[in-house]
Amino acid sequence: MHIPDGYLSPETCGVFGAVMIPIWTAASKAVKKTLSVRQVPYLAIGAAFSFVIMMFNVPIPGGSTGHAVGGVLVAILLGPWAACIAVTVALVIQALLFGDGGITAIGANCFNMAFVLPFVGYYVYKLISSNSPSGSVRRVIAAGAGAYVGICVAALFAGIEFGFQPLLYHTANGQALYCPYGLNVAVPAMVLGHLMVFGWVEVIVTALVIKYLQKQNSVFFEGGRS
Amino acid sequence: MTLTKKLWIGIIVLIVLSPLGLILPDHFKAGSAWGEWGREEIQKMTGYFPLGFQKLSELWKAPLPDYAFQGWEGKDLFSMSFAYIISAIVGIAIIAGVAFLIGKVLAKEDE
Repeated sequence: MHIPDGYLSPETCGVFGAVMIPIWTAASKAVKKTLSVRQVPYLAIGAAFSFVIMMFNVPIPGGSTGHAVGGVLVAILLGPWAACIAVTVALVIQALLFGDGGITAIGANCFNMAFVLPFVGYYVYKLISSNSPSGSVRRVIAAGAGAYVGICVAALFAGIEFGFQPLLYHTANGQALYCPYGLNVAVPAMVLGHLMVFGWVEVIVTALVIKYLQKQNSVFFEGGRS
Repeated sequence: MTLTKKLWIGIIVLIVLSPLGLILPDHFKAGSAWGEWGREEIQKMTGYFPLGFQKLSELWKAPLPDYAFQGWEGKDLFSMSFAYIISAIVGIAIIAGVAFLIGKVLAKEDE
């Protein structure tokens, strides 16, 4: 889901950069209010986890690859705003150091994976877990559902961003200037891959860690509140 | 053992296992992620090269492109796995450091 440089027009990149600035500002304000000093190491671990889990490219035999993001897990444990910051740090370093995701596409990639993904996932989790006990199976299921919906909606947004490019930017003879595939190709490709395969990787990773943390220390689940 | 220590051990295990993200796609003959193709791949698929792409795609030269060392394209899977693990270690050191600093600056003291 890491859109590289060249696939989005400079205008599109500018729009998403501009959209992310107030989101990042709100994230720092929210985290300032809710994150306690004792949670800071978890923010670092969350960012590290998101980065390394994205390195596990999962293949569709003979097709494309994809991966989990881990952003919903961080959102459940530390709150969606903290997850926004953790995943943003991972995405920015991925772009700068490893060329995974474009420099110009940092705004769009952060919008999809550091904003849409953790927020959608978090609220689906909240809705399903409601006020069930922190050690309950219902919470594990809620986390899995949040992970699945979160990553699939994020993939949908990426597909839309890709797909609008040839509509908006093409030469007189119809050749695309940036991403060559329109909505009819990009949206199904992005969404189906995640619905069928990569979304389930996010589910498994999220549910396993939540289950593990329930055994270790259920107090952890207070962290995402307020 | 504290929970943070256990979780860091988990991260280290993931670092060691990370080459699976390279080996499995290779084994199952899977290509790039959708929309993350390079220049030649786009040309092969569409028959042309998008004009605006060129300038943007050459803006940035990453020091460890695709989690490998520069000039290592096409090396054997064992070398690439080694580079992948080094990339994971370098990436995590920087990312955890930056996130920790941001957290330290923002987090509230009154606990």
